Amino acid sequence: MRRLFALLLVAAIVSVLPACSEPPSIVLWHSYRGEEERALVELAKRYEREHGLHVELLALPFDAYTAKLQAAVPRAHGPDVFIDAHERLGIYRREGVVAPVGDAVPPEDVGSYEPTALDAVTIDGSRWGVPLSTKCLALYVNDDVPAGAPDVYPLAYEAENPYHHAAVLSAFGGALLAPDGSYGFDDDAAVRSVLYVRELIAKHAIPGDANGALVKQLFASGRARTSIDGPWLAADLPPSLHFHVEPLPVVQETGRRMRPLLTVEAVMLSPSGARRPEARAFARWLGGPEAALVRATEAHQVVASEPAWRDPRVAGDPLLAAFHEQARAADPMPTSTRMRAVWVPVQEAMRRVFRGEDARVALDDGKRRFEDALKPPPPPPSPAPLAIALGALALVGALFAVRRARTPGFRQQLRESRTPYRYVAHAAVVVFVLVVLPLAAGALTSLFAGTRADPRYVGLGNYLAILTARGGPLLGHGSFYVTLIVTVLWTVCNVTLHVAIGVALGVVLSRPVMRLKGFYRVLLVLPWAVPSYVTALAWKGMFHRQFGAINAILSFLGVQPVSWFSHFSTALAANVATNTWLGFPFMMVVTLGALTSIPREVLEAAEVDGATRWQRFRGVTVPLLKPTMLPAVVLGSVWTFNMFNVVFLVSGGEPDGSTEILVSDAYRWAFTRDAQYGYAAAYAVLIFLILAAGSRLLSRVGGEATT
Amino acid sequence: MKRLESVLAHLGVIVGVVFAVYPLLWVVSVALSPGAMSSHAQALPWPESPSLDAFADVLGLRDGHSAVFARQVVNSLVVSLATAAVAVAVATPAAYALARFRFVGKTWGTRTLLATQMFPAVASAVPLYLLLEAMHLLDSRAGLVLVYASTAVPFAIFQMRGAFDAVPIDLEEAAMVDGASRAGAFWRVALPAVRPAIAVTALFAFMSAWNEFILAATLLSRESAFTLPVVLQRYVGEHDTAWGPFAAGAILVSVPVMALFYVAQRQLVAGLTAGGVKG
Repeated sequence: MRRLFALLLVAAIVSVLPACSEPPSIVLWHSYRGEEERALVELAKRYEREHGLHVELLALPFDAYTAKLQAAVPRAHGPDVFIDAHERLGIYRREGVVAPVGDAVPPEDVGSYEPTALDAVTIDGSRWGVPLSTKCLALYVNDDVPAGAPDVYPLAYEAENPYHHAAVLSAFGGALLAPDGSYGFDDDAAVRSVLYVRELIAKHAIPGDANGALVKQLFASGRARTSIDGPWLAADLPPSLHFHVEPLPVVQETGRRMRPLLTVEAVMLSPSGARRPEARAFARWLGGPEAALVRATEAHQVVASEPAWRDPRVAGDPLLAAFHEQARAADPMPTSTRMRAVWVPVQEAMRRVFRGEDARVALDDGKRRFEDALKPPPPPPSPAPLAIALGALALVGALFAVRRARTPGFRQQLRESRTPYRYVAHAAVVVFVLVVLPLAAGALTSLFAGTRADPRYVGLGNYLAILTARGGPLLGHGSFYVTLIVTVLWTVCNVTLHVAIGVALGVVLSRPVMRLKGFYRVLLVLPWAVPSYVTALAWKGMFHRQFGAINAILSFLGVQPVSWFSHFSTALAANVATNTWLGFPFMMVVTLGALTSIPREVLEAAEVDGATRWQRFRGVTVPLLKPTMLPAVVLGSVWTFNMFNVVFLVSGGEPDGSTEILVSDAYRWAFTRDAQYGYAAAYAVLIFLILAAGSRLLSRVGGEATT
Repeated sequence: MKRLESVLAHLGVIVGVVFAVYPLLWVVSVALSPGAMSSHAQALPWPESPSLDAFADVLGLRDGHSAVFARQVVNSLVVSLATAAVAVAVATPAAYALARFRFVGKTWGTRTLLATQMFPAVASAVPLYLLLEAMHLLDSRAGLVLVYASTAVPFAIFQMRGAFDAVPIDLEEAAMVDGASRAGAFWRVALPAVRPAIAVTALFAFMSAWNEFILAATLLSRESAFTLPVVLQRYVGEHDTAWGPFAAGAILVSVPVMALFYVAQRQLVAGLTAGGVKG
């Protein structure tokens, strides 16, 4: 057994030794896939052939892309060049991820780019990227479906998505974010635009809560005649479908044409890449006409390089030409970091209106939430009081330790501790270095506000803001206390169901005479085995009001379909169902492991003594299960309390943010509300304190479960 | 009576199996549907015109551009197995000490360990990045294993401690009376008795490493070092997601886990038939 351990450890260490460094070349990161990735690979190869510079490509998942750039580039571990959308320039500039492109766009090239695209990457007089392509929404029309066909939606698009609604809003003369950076979704134009869409949904002119996959399916199957979507849709449509793309239509109510938001994809340079002439030269070439031609013809990009459009293969492609035309009648997405805080309040407001609430009230709430999220951090106080308090705390701790060391018998205890210390030493080191240190460092950031590049000390200001609900009503929308209650409810429901289902199945499956046990066990552990990102989204699909399987089953049983995400209780139930499904196999496996340590003789003896099944379960199984199950239950509760991805993926906080739990709030502060990492860290510390207090309380009540 | 009980037991388990499998059938259905998502409300997850194209795409059988490379399968296996090995190796002796000895700092240490689990990870990602950078383990599988182990070790310690607590101390005492050292009692008596718990702990550590992609994508910057979930997650784009291949990939990724569980569950049963601890 010992040799096996040693062997495993050595194998683990050898197999993961760091690899040698690569020879010098330029590094490019991107999140392209499919034909766009293939075109990029081909271009990099061609550049190496013709210019003798190796371009090393790294394709990253979009979900991790921005965070990775922000972590790696400021520490000089990032790429020389990377491809990203211009709307993220605001945050990248603030965090020191990009540098101006300099001579990658020399004066003689200026005229060869689409002016809108070049404008979009120009901030404060400098260019921060070489424009590659533009992406925006346009109108797809199915040519096989006649107008007015029965049982066909005249139009399908993601009506609840602010990105799509921005196009409708523009026809009413509004914008999500005003040019001066103030919230735009509260004026008359905004009210009229949401009421207009609500009317369309009521008339069944468009489907209500449609996501991207559903829109695609409706359009591809001919059940929607037109669809508002981006260039990415075309690649996914079946080749047999006859369709064309045209500019977005005029909204009859206002007589104005819709203008979609425009995203400009650009090559950007990291600060270290911008210093390398070969990186700038490559960026210039990748944006230039020669590479643009390849990108347009092979990846069907709507390229920003004007000369490429003189090629008949590009200009003659009706799809490209249509998106090109639409791009000229589109508004570039604002680059301000404030734009990141717009999406959630706008979406919450829209959904409330679509559910029938008063538009004025919902939109005003949205504005309040936006402004609340971007409230400037408190003025920096003197660090002295906190330093004194921490110093005093350390002193008390030291005094306590000294007093303990003075107690008689302490030396004896310490001497006896030498053997156990040999057993725990390596675990203590691992846990201290890899767990405690990063957490402590993270906790310290809660005393700061501002960006990572430029943190400002605010003392306990973040905590104060959270605990006073940022000056709003203590039990108001999204306040710490309301979210705490939801979190506790969420945790109790989940853990109860996890344990009940897991233990029940574990006990039944460990019956010695059960047939097909191995088969059942493998099937029951499946929810744990498949990546939860996919399965959580499958659950979300099952709860869809119109096309979900759950409502299909309900209507089969003669029950009215339920609009799952419109009410707090049903939305919470959907979240809990998903998380129960994800979590019960773990409890079942732990139960199975724990049951093996219950000697069968004990149960048999109890049976001989005439104990009923239930008596045996209560009197023998449960007490013997307890020591092994307790840690799993305690840790399971803690993990569930902090289980953010199910809430994020399934209900997404709907309705109106009411099913958010504390930790998903923390993530929102870090990632969607203007990157307030200090504020998120303060949330994390508060969550920690609550859990610590809670578990102390429980251990007082329930014996020494946790110590 | 016995018969009725057996029928009821099977019925209960079958209800559980249906609950466990039904949502997965939807994932399978998406993987088999060219159009990815059904636009009809239906209770049975039957794909509209089933095809294996999505699986062929993932494996690169159609255009030669495979998403799943042997390299990443190896990386995932190495990283996950190493995480499981490190977690069990580090946690088991510590758990034994917590279950069997009294020592200075035990209560305090256990509380700290539990406390670390209460802290949401939202604030510790950047410090972890800096820590790995300082240890020159960025961009290496070793660094990734350390990060994964840091989440797996605390659970492993608690789980193993519970298992040791459940083992009667008499066995070890008898062995020590017979002349075995404390270490000998640990290796030859206590450890074999907690084999099922080791299997559960290792499985848990393996699983947590096998399906993780955010940290892997953040800490690794070479495609040759990527793990499977990182490659799989690339099907999720900013504007659209390739649901068919994504679901197909998820199914393929979970096959090794199921194989592993099938092996591990025999360990769970072996504990029973070997007569457990009283032996």
